[in-house]
Amino acid sequence: MMPMQTLEEIKKRLESAVPGVCVEIVSNDSPCQQRSLLVDRDHGPQVAAWLRRDDALRLDYLSNVTGVDWPEVVTKQKIKVKRKVDGVEKEVEEVVQTRSGGYLEAVYHLYSMELKQGAVVIRMRTGDRDQQNKLPSLTPIWRSAELQEREIYDLFGIVFEGHPDLRRILMWDGFEAHPMRRDYVEPDDYEYEPTPHDSVLAKAKAHYPPEVAP
Amino acid sequence: MKTTVVEPPVPSGAPVGLPAGDGRFSLLPKTSFDGRVETELLEVAMGPHHPSTHGVFRMDVVLDGETIVKLKPVFGYLHRNHEKIAENVSYLASIPYTDRLDYLCSMTNNWAYALSVEKLAGLEPPERAEYIRVIMAELTRLANHVCLIGFLAQDMGALGTPLMYGFREREKILDLFEALSGSRMMCNYMRFGGCRLDLPPGWVREARVVVDNFPKFLEEFDNLLSGNEILMARTQGVGVLTAELAVNAGITGPMLRASGVNYDIRKVDRYGIYDRFEFRVPLGDHGDVYDRYMIRLLEMWESLKILRQALDDIPEGPVMDPNAKIRNFKPKPGECYERIEGPKGELGFYLVSDGGANPYRYRVRPPSLVNLTVLEDMCLGHNVADAVAILGSVDIVLGEVDR
Repeated sequence: MMPMQTLEEIKKRLESAVPGVCVEIVSNDSPCQQRSLLVDRDHGPQVAAWLRRDDALRLDYLSNVTGVDWPEVVTKQKIKVKRKVDGVEKEVEEVVQTRSGGYLEAVYHLYSMELKQGAVVIRMRTGDRDQQNKLPSLTPIWRSAELQEREIYDLFGIVFEGHPDLRRILMWDGFEAHPMRRDYVEPDDYEYEPTPHDSVLAKAKAHYPPEVAP
Repeated sequence: MKTTVVEPPVPSGAPVGLPAGDGRFSLLPKTSFDGRVETELLEVAMGPHHPSTHGVFRMDVVLDGETIVKLKPVFGYLHRNHEKIAENVSYLASIPYTDRLDYLCSMTNNWAYALSVEKLAGLEPPERAEYIRVIMAELTRLANHVCLIGFLAQDMGALGTPLMYGFREREKILDLFEALSGSRMMCNYMRFGGCRLDLPPGWVREARVVVDNFPKFLEEFDNLLSGNEILMARTQGVGVLTAELAVNAGITGPMLRASGVNYDIRKVDRYGIYDRFEFRVPLGDHGDVYDRYMIRLLEMWESLKILRQALDDIPEGPVMDPNAKIRNFKPKPGECYERIEGPKGELGFYLVSDGGANPYRYRVRPPSLVNLTVLEDMCLGHNVADAVAILGSVDIVLGEVDR
């Protein structure tokens, strides 16, 4: 069996096969060295369709889909810069702020059942974590994403455009937050029910005619 | 509160309880203008407490008479956000939680998680530990498959007998687990870098007795069920899943192989030491419920083969990697996805480390959940009673579906 193509080769062929696509290789420093391809979200479905169709890859099996939340992190770093102060060159400390994160990510693990090879990992990032939380759905290409993308929508709040049935799956329909986000705060009391006193009674007054009101 | 109660007008003279009109009941069904019987679609919620749903699981079924025209699985009743819990505790502390995912197969859950952490941190378990893991995984496969076949038969009306026969054999395997780990089901046995304990003295001999006696039971099971006319009538040609759809929908495990796709992660990835054992991968032809039943039966024979080889070859030696740090364990930043062939399908763990003591992201790829994707496709056009058999053949455990 031919060894699988490296990510660099896949990237090169992908860029010629899908015009206008922006692909980046995300490095991985852990000992397993599973690197991944970061695909821009506008070309996601085209890239996915190509990966599945391509004769050398035949990634017909989408194993795992998951979300990762990366809130914005500001790291401050002190660096020493040489600058002229009053005509004399001096070393001055400056604080450089670097911002990273601030998006939600969907990670897809692809294998080929036909050629028995894999894994190719692709990932897509949303614009931000609030309004631009949309990604194209890959369910039309691999149906195994159907329930898993619903789960990501439920727990992370990524809206998958083109998903046939995007509803909450694990949490109940009236639930509002997305509990797998890093900044999710649990409620103090899970079993809170409004009981008839104070604010509830005040609200209830509106429903009674004045002569019967308690 | 002001309310005005409007009394419904009572038609004078007509006895209460009879419909209006000519006052006579008709036993004939309503007919439409072309003479056909008018029917209505009926929406039924099967579950969440239906005994055939193997836990708290609901199927919202739309029926045309007895025929299923639409089916939506509804779950989440057992959701406890396992992934969030695991992200808030250390790597070590998640191992007991993985036991509770698929509570019938705690050993394989442990292994999948341990394997993933080992790849993330670059640990290498010693050889004896690898053998022990294979033995545990195959024993788990036996225990899971006998349970499943028992439940499947019970769902189709064979009350008690096959299930109890299966449970009797499973109990012998659970005794082995208890002797080893102290617990029958929640074994909490494997660690990253090896196993928690070495085998107690005499364990291999006991295990060999169980393995040697198993074929007798399997033959009995086979004779009891495989040629049974009722089982064949209820399962053959029911819930057919084509190979193409199975691959596209990410179906794994015995369900995929029943559809004729040769994909066993033990053969493909050769994780652990599976390249040392001789075994074959049984494949189905039709992809129906009967094939799924049969594949599991045949898989048990192959598991026994692996077990015999592993019990013969197991070497002496340590069971933990000396480099493995169990406490204060902080892998380098990075990510890792590793998978194993669990009894129900591909069980994978995706871990992202940011260099801290807790995983930054912890994800379980649950085979039961993904295998439910095609439940509707398999059930459409069949009767309600067949949906029970089809769901039974998918082999779900709600602890893993809902997490």
